[in-house]
Amino acid sequence: MSVVRKNAWVLGLLVLLAVLLAVTKMIQPSFGATGLESLAKAALPFAFATAAMAIVVIVGGIDLSIASIMAVCGVTAAVLMQSMGAIPAVVLTLALGGVMGAINGGLIVVTKVPDIVVTLAMLFVWEGVALLILETPGGTVAPGLRSIINGSVIPFVPNALLVIALAVAVVWVPVRRSKLGLSIYAVGSDELAAFRSGVSVGWTKVAAYALAGVLAGMGGLSLIMLTGIGEPVPGPYLLASVAAVVLGGVVLGGGRGALLGPIIAVFILRIIRTILTLANVDPNVTTIVEGVVMVGVVMLGAVLTYRGRRT
Amino acid sequence: MSDTSIHAKAAEERGLVRFGRFLRDNPVIPLIFFLLLLILAHFYVVMPLRTGRTGVLSAFWVNNLIKFAIPLAMLAACQVLTMLTAGIDLSAGIVATIAAFVCATLTPLIGVPGAVAIAMACGLLVGLLNGFGVGVVRVHPLIMTLGTGLIATGCLQVYQRFVISTGTDVPAFLEWLGTGRTVGLPNGLFLFVPFALFILWLMRFTGFGRLLFALGSNEHAAKLSGVKSWQVFLALYALSGLIAALAGLLYLGMIRTPSLQLANPLLLPSVAAAVIGGTSIFGGRGSFAGAIVGALILRVIDTMLTLLQMPEGARIALFGLIILLVTALYVRITGSR
Repeated sequence: MSVVRKNAWVLGLLVLLAVLLAVTKMIQPSFGATGLESLAKAALPFAFATAAMAIVVIVGGIDLSIASIMAVCGVTAAVLMQSMGAIPAVVLTLALGGVMGAINGGLIVVTKVPDIVVTLAMLFVWEGVALLILETPGGTVAPGLRSIINGSVIPFVPNALLVIALAVAVVWVPVRRSKLGLSIYAVGSDELAAFRSGVSVGWTKVAAYALAGVLAGMGGLSLIMLTGIGEPVPGPYLLASVAAVVLGGVVLGGGRGALLGPIIAVFILRIIRTILTLANVDPNVTTIVEGVVMVGVVMLGAVLTYRGRRT
Repeated sequence: MSDTSIHAKAAEERGLVRFGRFLRDNPVIPLIFFLLLLILAHFYVVMPLRTGRTGVLSAFWVNNLIKFAIPLAMLAACQVLTMLTAGIDLSAGIVATIAAFVCATLTPLIGVPGAVAIAMACGLLVGLLNGFGVGVVRVHPLIMTLGTGLIATGCLQVYQRFVISTGTDVPAFLEWLGTGRTVGLPNGLFLFVPFALFILWLMRFTGFGRLLFALGSNEHAAKLSGVKSWQVFLALYALSGLIAALAGLLYLGMIRTPSLQLANPLLLPSVAAAVIGGTSIFGGRGSFAGAIVGALILRVIDTMLTLLQMPEGARIALFGLIILLVTALYVRITGSR
């Protein structure tokens, strides 16, 4: 029973996702493997942005520059692939993402300026860097790389979903199980207490931001895998990732939550768009509905936590 | 170490601490100093680099500087007021855009007063929604205002398709405010000076202003003292929405071509102006006078970067670095967050 109680939020999200999938199936009876595949592909960059955001929120910060880091990584990979193979380009891009994240974290620790201000400033910096690397959309993407996220090796499990699962498993699970993961949660829940227990607060923050940078780098790669072109202007991933993080049960302020919830939340938010598109709703109206749903979800979450705190 | 040197050191340290405290209480003074330094750098370093001779401080230059700093400073007022309660208004940019677009498209249809009234009503509506979310439902302001901004963007796009054929018209008095000049100074000041005085008065001498500071310093204590926080938040964000709409109208008069992105690029600089001006993002401390100087500083930096013919990317990046540098210096000097 304790497993259920401990993961009540995530289970609730899974039920919601299942209900929404059923609704989709009802509206469009032909919705099947291909529908799932396009859903998973569309959710890919959102999922990486959300995973990155979740880590920095858990450590007690917030990274407003995630979308810009994704843009920098996307254009870098697209430019690199013009002159070198896909694998070294991917490795370099992910390293670059990690370095950018580490710079964010380092600046927060060194300057003692609040996270939100530093990453707001870095949002400009990385956006500018992306424009310096590539002024207009361009570059190439190795065709082999693009085909990774197409189709499904296991029936009804799209490859794009496997890519997310694998990436998060490789980046997050070892960290979560290590001392660093414990430190991240400790710093997020009470910085002073963590410091007094001998946790190196500064290094933990830098590491968390660097991890987020690597995940954002993956997000950038997934962007160019989807479009086949490097795009220097950051996409709309900031609000979406914050909403998914909150919906996923990660408390803003840090110390609580995990990555599974937020990633399920991404799919919930994406599937709403799919449902509206299938129901032939005007795409602009879809944007409104999506915004209303995101805000509504966040409001509901706020009401629940507020009630919980009062009793 | 001799006795006297210890005393000298202690005195020096006390002096430094006192200086830091003085700056913390008066954030405007170092800011004005920094602004003057930047203007000097502009004329004696940047201008010679580009043109080969030192520039001359002309009335035209000052006029332009002030003119474009006004809408930025007005949007910064939204940020200062909301930051006092540890909030932020990220919907201000899109509200300004909507107000400008609605006003420009409705003017040919229903006349100037109606168009302006509806534009302001749009700002009020978004503001009330923000206030409801933040004050009643207790959503984090950052997320609430981002969300309403997103919804508002969608509404604007839907609205735009209904009015695409009617054409646009900028009311004459907005154009006069936005582009005209009186004795070498922009007419926008006719709107901005009373506005700034009102905000300064609101923050310093009214009960509402004190409630904002109280809620930002310690919300729990404020509530225990009988403050109905949801009413304050509702009024605060409604006011912020109105200010943003007003700034959008002024900006429309300045640019004279409404677009779906008109004032959006001003949003992040408005946050930067408030932060540079010494307003704490954690609430309880802030000054609108500082934000005005912050807006001027940002404008000077922007002119410098334009003059240096930086590529767009380098300009944006440098802009971010400067915001970071100024805030870091500020935190270092005053020792406060």
